[in-house]
Amino acid sequence: MTGRRAVLAAAAVGAAVVAAAVPSLGLPQYYISLLTQTWIFGIAAMSLDLLVGFTGLVSFAQAAFFGTSAYMIAVLATQYHLVAFWPALGIALGTTAALAALFGLLALRGEGVTFIIITLALNEIVWGLAYQWVSVSGGDNGIAGFVRPPVFGLDLSGTAAFYRFTLAALLVCLALLAAIVRSPFGLVLRGVRDRPRRMAALGYAVQAFRYAAFVIAAVFTGVAGVLFAYYNEFVGPVNLSLDTAVQILIMVILGGVGTLLGPLAGAAVVVFVSNALSNLTQRWELILGAIYVAILLFARGGLVGIGHRVARVLGAATRGAGPAARPVMSPPPGGRGEP
Amino acid sequence: MTTGPWLEVRDLTVRFGSLVALDHVSLAVARGERRGIIGPNGAGKTTLFNTIAGEVASSAGGVVLAGRDITRLPPHRRASLGMARTFQTTMLCPRLTVLENVILSLAALRPVRRQFLVPLGRYRGLRDEALALLGQVGLDGRAAWPVRMLGHGEQRQVEILLALAQRPAVLLLDEPTAGLAAQDAALVTAMLREHSRDATIVLIEHDMEFVFDVVERITVLHYGRIVAEGTPEEIRAHETVREIYLGGAL
Amino acid sequence: MTFYAQNALNGLAYGSLLFMIAAGFTLIFGLMRIVNIAQTAFFLIGAYVGLTLLHAGVPFWIAAALAGAAVMAAGLLIYRVFLHRYHADELTALLLTLGFALMLDDLALAAWGGDPQSVPPPAAFASSVQLGPLVFPAYWLALIVLSALAAVGLRLLERRTMLGAVIRAGVDDEEMTRGLGINIDRAFYVVFALGAFLAGAGGVLGSPITGAYPGLDGDLLPLAFAVIIIGGIGSLEGAYVGSLIIGLVSTFGKALFPELSYFTIFVPVAAIMALRPQGLLGRKR
Repeated sequence: MTGRRAVLAAAAVGAAVVAAAVPSLGLPQYYISLLTQTWIFGIAAMSLDLLVGFTGLVSFAQAAFFGTSAYMIAVLATQYHLVAFWPALGIALGTTAALAALFGLLALRGEGVTFIIITLALNEIVWGLAYQWVSVSGGDNGIAGFVRPPVFGLDLSGTAAFYRFTLAALLVCLALLAAIVRSPFGLVLRGVRDRPRRMAALGYAVQAFRYAAFVIAAVFTGVAGVLFAYYNEFVGPVNLSLDTAVQILIMVILGGVGTLLGPLAGAAVVVFVSNALSNLTQRWELILGAIYVAILLFARGGLVGIGHRVARVLGAATRGAGPAARPVMSPPPGGRGEP
Repeated sequence: MTTGPWLEVRDLTVRFGSLVALDHVSLAVARGERRGIIGPNGAGKTTLFNTIAGEVASSAGGVVLAGRDITRLPPHRRASLGMARTFQTTMLCPRLTVLENVILSLAALRPVRRQFLVPLGRYRGLRDEALALLGQVGLDGRAAWPVRMLGHGEQRQVEILLALAQRPAVLLLDEPTAGLAAQDAALVTAMLREHSRDATIVLIEHDMEFVFDVVERITVLHYGRIVAEGTPEEIRAHETVREIYLGGAL
Repeated sequence: MTFYAQNALNGLAYGSLLFMIAAGFTLIFGLMRIVNIAQTAFFLIGAYVGLTLLHAGVPFWIAAALAGAAVMAAGLLIYRVFLHRYHADELTALLLTLGFALMLDDLALAAWGGDPQSVPPPAAFASSVQLGPLVFPAYWLALIVLSALAAVGLRLLERRTMLGAVIRAGVDDEEMTRGLGINIDRAFYVVFALGAFLAGAGGVLGSPITGAYPGLDGDLLPLAFAVIIIGGIGSLEGAYVGSLIIGLVSTFGKALFPELSYFTIFVPVAAIMALRPQGLLGRKR
């Protein structure tokens, strides 16, 4: 067990080192940009996974939080001349948390499907505000005219520097989210996901835990939004549109619900497919939609689930297909566990 | 210490639309008592439980636990005051392991439940406590299994263990042996006998023999009303009860 | 006064259009517990098919019926092949319909291009009506009447027919209904077909007001959801009342607070959420 953990840790460190070295490998800037986007959306997708995979709440309001903190960065810089990174980050995340605190109160009054519908409606409120409140948001034109500030004295204006910065942010967020998921609080969330009624009977304030998860996820998504604003040095209504919300959700489902790393992989797929395919064909949305539906129908575990299956088959092949090859405790395939 | 009943149901009425599920039901259970509640299907037994546990709101009347009026409290607040329950159809977290389910029960009423950055693995004491509980019922070998992999009887054992683990002031058991094979039912009965000696228990049961065996007093519900109350012997001899069970219900 | 009357009429017309989407949505959810996110995509496809038919010289009303039938066929196919298996699993069904919404959206873009297109109302209603100081398109009135007729028709279907009885029984308790030996699967197909037809035909009927453009479905979806939240999910009467409320609020919002009109739509939504989460006419579950 500890041996396996050491291998995993080594693999993780190795992957991080390789990822950090990417800009020095002579890749075209284009790919470095795509990877930067992957890290940014990876943070958003992982935070949504905290809701979908660990708490059992499917939220379409994630784009509202993503976009709100992005807009805050732009508005602070262009209208209040507040450009320093840490104060701007603090205000942006604070605003996002406050918004989530309000939205959570409303959305959590609905259970299940109603919750989903309400989050979608709430997301549209924010989008509508950004779209129509031209004097603040610039309307359809969005807000440009701000640049990446230095952080810790590091100049982030270059592609490579900003890439490494987003990677560091991703790793910090991943570490924090992984810690949350593995904590007693994280266990409570999974209990709430599985059987809210049982959890209430045990003495858990189910709604309070959902609420906390909702706000925490919003703040992490806010981090992604801040990064995205700096990445583009521009914000527009698309940042908080339903399209963005849907995209983040698709990343989670493609990657594998309840796995944290899966949604990161899902983010990579969506970012690369939508950019690479859009060079080849105009119908990339159709293709992405088809992949998404196929995953829903045939591979509920997403990419991570497919990976596990491949690993199991390979493991069985190398060890010889003896009875030991199939672990007794492995869950039955395709089990969903929800009534 | 309070004098008077430990759990009291006062003149409880529950209506669903025009249907009266419970009609002025009053019940007083003494501390340490084991009370059985019987009645044919649709008598309102489970509704009574859900109302005591706080899942169903009463239309009139109230519930008092240890002298405190809990009528308006939500289920989780009642649980934190010492009310534990099992469900008629096993209600466990199916994707979590047996151990995790038990840990959730132990952590529910402790501050550790809000701890959100320290890995669960650090809380050795919690884990050992849960394993010890599982050991008492011979399920420690299953600790790492996802609950849904367990058999019916084992799941029911875990279900009861979750309630017992909290050392509740009142334990509500909703048909603990329903749907179990004879062998599993015996296991559950033995478990209840052994590990709940000083708990105050209210037990719903369909199986009369089982109830007569386990409880000290019995309340009989019929169409949402209490029609009889007494010791098992009194109930066995009660005219109306015999009628309900032998005549009316069939 | 004229201002209010004018906008009220406009709002009712817009609400009537929303009802064509929301009715199917609420019927499908009520019976099968499927949240059909593709409902507004059905509307969009309907509008485009209708437009093509109009260009081919097909009369407006017939185009509406044919577009409805075409969308119904597509909807039935999607339902039969993909959704039918996922009744018990609300979330998967919802996520699947989301996938189909995306694909339909892109297919529409491929087939009809990216330029917004306007659709003329049928010739008989192309004129304006003058009523005292009010001048408004005759088509508004036609749409309001038509949608009200649809609402009455659906209500009669639900209350007075055998199919309606099966639907109501199925909404109450699917297991029990099956237990009685009633073929509820057929009701599922009929209801999904009906919902798709309403959205598809509604696309044509509504297109003189909304036009047809890529992203129309995305624009309408939150409005449809607002209708459902206000009216109460699964309630037909609620869908009608909610549609008219949202239609009126959105029209007056645009007229009175142009910068915040989108925001104003969600004021009643937030109020309902806070005070009556099951919606005006919804049932507590």
